[in-house]
Amino acid sequence: MRIVCPFCGERELGEFTYLGDTKPVRPEAGASEDEVFDYVYLRDNVAGDTSEYWYHGGGCRAWLKVTRNTLTHEISSIEPAAGAGAAKVDA
Amino acid sequence: MAGAQTHRLGNGGLVDRSAPLNFRFDGKAFSGFQGDTLASALIANGVKLVGRSFKYHRPRGILTSGSEEPNALVELRTGARREPNTKATTAELYDGLEAASQNRWPSLRHDVMSVNQLFAPIFVAGFYYKTFMWPAKFWEAIYEPAIRRAAGLGRAAGVADPDHYDKAWAHCDVLIAGSGPTGLAAALAAGRSGARVILCEEDFTLGGRLLSDGGTIDGVPAAEWLSRTLAELADMPDVRIMTRTTLFGVYDGGTYGAIERVNDHLPSPPQHQVRQRLWRIVAKRCVVAAGAIERPIVFAGNDTPGVMMASAIRTYVARYAATPAKRLALFTNNEDGWRTVETALGAGLQIAAVIDARPEISPAHRSLASKGGFPVLHGSVSGVDGGKDGVRKIAVSLTGGARAEVEADGLAVSGGWNPAVGLTSFHRGRPAWRDDISAFVPDGAPPGMVAAGAANGDFGLGACLSQGFAAGAAAARDTGHSGIVGTAPAADDEAFSLTPLWHVAGKGKAFVDYQHDVTASDIELAQREGFESVEHLKRYTTLGMATDQGKTSNVAGLAIMAAVSGRSIPETGTTIYRPPYVPVAIGAFAGHHRDETFHATRLTPSHHWAVEQGAVFVDTGLWKRAQWYPRAGEKDWLESVTREVKAVRSGVGFCDVSTLGKIDVHGPDAGAFLDRVYINTFSSLAVGKARYGLMLREDGIVYDDGTTSRLAEDHYFLTTTTAKAGLVMQHLEFCRQVLFPELDVQLTSVSDQWAQFSIAGPKTRDLLREIVDPSEDLSNEGFPFMGVREVALRGGLRARLFRISFSGEMAFEISVPARFGDAMARNLMLAGAPFGVTPYGTEALGVMRVEKGHIAGPELSGTTTAADLGLGKMMSTKKDYIGRVMAGREALVAPDRQVVVGIRPTDRTRRLRSGAHIIPKGQTPGPGNDQGYVTSVCFSPTLDQWIGLALVERGRERIGEIVHAHDPLRGEDYDVELCNPVFYDPDGGRQRG
Ligand SMILES: [Zn+2]
Repeated sequence: MRIVCPFCGERELGEFTYLGDTKPVRPEAGASEDEVFDYVYLRDNVAGDTSEYWYHGGGCRAWLKVTRNTLTHEISSIEPAAGAGAAKVDA
Repeated sequence: MAGAQTHRLGNGGLVDRSAPLNFRFDGKAFSGFQGDTLASALIANGVKLVGRSFKYHRPRGILTSGSEEPNALVELRTGARREPNTKATTAELYDGLEAASQNRWPSLRHDVMSVNQLFAPIFVAGFYYKTFMWPAKFWEAIYEPAIRRAAGLGRAAGVADPDHYDKAWAHCDVLIAGSGPTGLAAALAAGRSGARVILCEEDFTLGGRLLSDGGTIDGVPAAEWLSRTLAELADMPDVRIMTRTTLFGVYDGGTYGAIERVNDHLPSPPQHQVRQRLWRIVAKRCVVAAGAIERPIVFAGNDTPGVMMASAIRTYVARYAATPAKRLALFTNNEDGWRTVETALGAGLQIAAVIDARPEISPAHRSLASKGGFPVLHGSVSGVDGGKDGVRKIAVSLTGGARAEVEADGLAVSGGWNPAVGLTSFHRGRPAWRDDISAFVPDGAPPGMVAAGAANGDFGLGACLSQGFAAGAAAARDTGHSGIVGTAPAADDEAFSLTPLWHVAGKGKAFVDYQHDVTASDIELAQREGFESVEHLKRYTTLGMATDQGKTSNVAGLAIMAAVSGRSIPETGTTIYRPPYVPVAIGAFAGHHRDETFHATRLTPSHHWAVEQGAVFVDTGLWKRAQWYPRAGEKDWLESVTREVKAVRSGVGFCDVSTLGKIDVHGPDAGAFLDRVYINTFSSLAVGKARYGLMLREDGIVYDDGTTSRLAEDHYFLTTTTAKAGLVMQHLEFCRQVLFPELDVQLTSVSDQWAQFSIAGPKTRDLLREIVDPSEDLSNEGFPFMGVREVALRGGLRARLFRISFSGEMAFEISVPARFGDAMARNLMLAGAPFGVTPYGTEALGVMRVEKGHIAGPELSGTTTAADLGLGKMMSTKKDYIGRVMAGREALVAPDRQVVVGIRPTDRTRRLRSGAHIIPKGQTPGPGNDQGYVTSVCFSPTLDQWIGLALVERGRERIGEIVHAHDPLRGEDYDVELCNPVFYDPDGGRQRG
């Protein structure tokens, strides 16, 4: 597998580390145990497009948000993950 | 005198008659020529019997001339280089080659196990499942060893492989598999366009079927076109042609696996050269021009030595000038098989008969038969009379029911051609059925890959050239290359009219899968027993599961299953194709990652100095760390370690601690950031101070610990454990980038930038004063415990000094740029000599940390909470941090959790060992009363006895209780007392002094 790092260009899988689903967002301070439990443990098992965290540890050390199809491994989008998991505070 | 090559034609072929090569097969001497394979050389010497079959030990000969060969597997080479299951058909001959037949005892011609044939009825499909079901314990002791002896392939060398293997990357626009007419035409078009091209050919000679079948291209003989084309390609700087290289797999994102047999054609690799090289090729486009594989027809006795694929016979005669038979018969169901007759007649062989299963044959072939004086029989071969010496007579069922017999010493078989659908199907693409050629063709190939020519089911030479050329041009265009490609090479298409024929009913064993001895009746039996699905059929009969992966057998097996189950072949379907396309040695996948180069090695800044000191090293992760420094006269490690500990506790010692992870944390929000990743607070830490910190995982379990110092208002220096250095950096980057993007903070790994030494013991200041500039105040007032400061060294170098202590003694850590680490170690030795300075290793470090009750790796086990480690009070209640909420879960705060406690044996002379279970005293050990286990032990020179740390249920409430330590692994049982884990200087006066 090859991942096109937005900062470094196309690189080989071995430079990256997988973390998991980007969907869960870290609850705000003061969140209940149930909310945090969901954040830590509960994940969908998607057959198809899924958004994942990948870390370019062998390159720029950026955390990336990679949309990958779990059936074909086809990658349809890659962007910096900056702020992707941050608690959303209502404006 | 080595063999006379009785079956070599007087002239012709692509062998170099000026370069004779001697070789041995089963100990007997033969000779061949440069350009031969082992198979062609054996044929040239009249050898027909080359092996015994897997289950029935039937005599077997050479079936094919390529990597699809199921029969002619040999042990190649001897000693440590002995390689089992090597295909004689692809093994290049070299002078001195030694090969042995497999799966026979005591000899190939007199094989005792061939009595298996008499018990053939029990070796049917599902034999393993049916026969050896019970009693279960018989399997390992009796059945499996017996089966492995009787039904096996070659023997592995049994010793380490002496050769080196390499791994390499390559990148290109257009990757081409195969150098037949299709592949060469593709390379021409892509190369002329200006694309970067890599062409892989598994053979050692380029040309594919052109080498065997010839033909006319662009009005000139194929050989002339071939040399002209190769010359043009050689002149293209961006076209790379790799022979002896098989593309074996395709992976995500256009990454391909290829194995290059760099030196397999030599007795052993030349010095400093590798045996094989594993390539990972990244290609934007791939043209599969891997050709097609001729398929056998299943009939009784079709495995008799001398029964061969028609195309293979053409190859042996035309390319190698070797004659597998003097008097040849052909059994075909298609036009292509007749080309073997033409080749054989051209070489002066006799044709005994052609058995053609089709209702009609062409007038041209009819006149060829009358000119050649041989009969054409309409019908099928129903049996072969012969044995280990080859074919004698062929029984024919004529259309209409009559029978005939043909006397011949060889039988060429052509059942049609199967495109090589491996590569195109490795991403679960299921090949599609094409009725006109009765074969599966590629469908659903991975992105960027296209099959052309015979690999795409278009077998004619003209079609191969035009399709290959078009595919090469398109691939180049797709990758942005638009050079002038010129016109495609042109040739006529040969006729290929085929009437499908898979299986001829008859008496006797009719083999589908030669290598696994799967017969037509095995498939029929599988169907009767309900194993109709192809995936079941495969596993129940083992069809296609041998090292050849059923290249010659799968489609015939499916066709027979289709016939007996009343379905069509496409309805029956194919099994899933998986790489590798050909067997690849594990050594090639490992490459240089073996033995001492299994992984990268990291050396501490003082490593070379430690080597000079005679240190004993221990591997911790990738690091080599000095474990202890033995001195003359010391009888074991314990004596050395005890000396080192005593020296530190009574004088001064030093230890390289550079392996700890080090991270610079910069920015106005650095303190706020650390507050969120540690359970305790760092924003309140004063500049010039250090603090011990503990990190949790988000699930509330302890992740890592270390000391963090505040060097400036907006600059912290964080340390991690050695083991977690990289992971903590990754974790902190995740927190910074993904979770807390609003914080203005930057992280820099500086683990490799600083050499750090712990200097410990009551004489630490005496030693440091020799190193540090005299103007620096090292007194308790000027440099208090947990103080941090940059200092000047004598001579002017700047260093960081941290007053922190892991040993519990008065101690500093000194940190200098890594390039001064070696000098620092030498300087500490020199300056410390008057004070008896003693270098100490990780073992003494560990002893002193257990004496002080400090936690380390064994306690940071991924199951312990901060409270388990006695650090619950550090958990701030005033802020959010990673892991805070989950750490409060009921089970993680339960009062009966196993917590860290000290242990010492009630018998002071007893040795402790890690891993022993803690059981209440007076109870019989069992899972029901297991209350924890011993995590760390050491012999404490300070207390003059063994001590340890353990995780014990409610341990801290039970100080003073005697419990039982049960060690079933070592068969030890003894009592220990639970005690305060801080064995030494519990009020910490020494480190503050
Ligand atoms: Zn990057």
